[in-house]
Amino acid sequence: MATNFGFSISKPRVIDMDANNLRKSDDILASMPQLQSCIGCGACTASCTAGNLTSFNFRKVHTLVRRGEYTGVYEELNKCMLCGKCRLLCPRGINTRAAVMTIKRTLGDF
Amino acid sequence: MKGRVVIVGGGVAGMQTALSLKALGIESLILEQSRQLGGKLTGWHLLFPTFTPAQDVVAPLIRAVRQSGIQTRFGCKVVSVDSRRVILDSGERIDAAAVVLCSGSTLFNAKIKEEYGYGIYDNVFTSADIEQMMNNGKVAMADGRTPERIAILHCVGSRDEKVCQRHCSKVCCITAVKQAIELKKLFPDADVFNFYMDMRMFGPGYEELYRRAQIEHNIHFVRGRISEASPLMDSRVQIKAEDTLTGRPLRMSVDMLVLMVGMRANDDNAFISSSSGAELAENGFFKPRNSFMDNVLSTKEGIFLVGTISSPKTVGQTLNEASAAAIRIAEYLRYGN
Ligand code: SF4
Ligand code: SF4
Ligand code: SF4
Repeated sequence: MATNFGFSISKPRVIDMDANNLRKSDDILASMPQLQSCIGCGACTASCTAGNLTSFNFRKVHTLVRRGEYTGVYEELNKCMLCGKCRLLCPRGINTRAAVMTIKRTLGDF
Repeated sequence: MKGRVVIVGGGVAGMQTALSLKALGIESLILEQSRQLGGKLTGWHLLFPTFTPAQDVVAPLIRAVRQSGIQTRFGCKVVSVDSRRVILDSGERIDAAAVVLCSGSTLFNAKIKEEYGYGIYDNVFTSADIEQMMNNGKVAMADGRTPERIAILHCVGSRDEKVCQRHCSKVCCITAVKQAIELKKLFPDADVFNFYMDMRMFGPGYEELYRRAQIEHNIHFVRGRISEASPLMDSRVQIKAEDTLTGRPLRMSVDMLVLMVGMRANDDNAFISSSSGAELAENGFFKPRNSFMDNVLSTKEGIFLVGTISSPKTVGQTLNEASAAAIRIAEYLRYGN
């Protein structure tokens, strides 16, 4: 039986762009080019009810997807209630609610 | 009034100042350090945000200077300036009715930021190198291959205490967007990443071009400053940065790393300032007498400023200043202030 000494190995947090595969991200951006115009202002997250009660952060999640970091994204996006408040605010005119659905559809392999 | 107006520098600032003075009936003499007119713009390919060939600006100005018979002297290194005369390194003294400083600024030497490996690794370039390559009609990796992934780093030698350059060079963000689009047009299959600290899209059409770079040209913008570059076995370069919008460190290898070098004050500014009494700002550029009403006046009467001698600025702003300065010089010559 393995003894637990209370130590664990930290997983590297680095985003390794050489290892990551951007194909799914490219598919998402091809079907929704406007998502690329995000300027990271955070208005979407500021307005988001889910983001105010949980750690959900739409800006961060979709940026991670664009770097090819897909792990846990689908589950994270389940926190979105699709209320569409964020879309009313995005200064780049991104249909953020549709982006949630597009990302979920691509990553969830519907 | 003794002598003509003496213009130090024959780039676009100096040429347009001479032409605007000429239009007001005032004679001037251009002193140029190199062997030709045109200044830094001569080595530039296309100008932001309209992709206008730099030659479309430079060549007509040179032609107009020649046709209007404005006197130009080449190989003139100025060592001392006051409002009545300019002294060259040969010891020659040239009388002046007024002096206009149009000697621009200096591109930051990217080798100083050793952590990016410019001049050490083969595939690290500066923005000026890219313009040169575009002018020569061949952009490629050092061994001639086509790049598949390019990183462009903003703010090299600007906004950086480490190299004593606190100021923002103003034009490099939009130049980075312009070059990213040009590179993407040349290499449609390549991924282009811009690493920025802030996107400073201050001019007309700049923000719009940035948005087009994102949506139409699929250029990736990552907010974060590259901390270092290291060479890989195959002469590519590995870079590290923080993707600050996700709060995670990021690493990738690229075929080309392009450094957006900033504008810094000329070394000569120090002794031109001490000989003339025209004051410098903290960043070493010449200080305008008043940044609202008297932008083209130095703090010393009779000495005028046009272009990037007083701060980083665009070609269009420089040309406007030249016309503004001509009017202020005319007033000075007539009324003495
Ligand atoms: S649509 Fe989703 S992400 Fe947007 S505000 Fe509503 S819950 Fe938040
Ligand atoms: S509101 Fe729009 S531009 Fe701002 S972070 Fe959200 S998606 Fe990006
Ligand atoms: S214009 Fe942009 S790249 Fe240039 S110094 Fe300013 S912030 Fe940096």
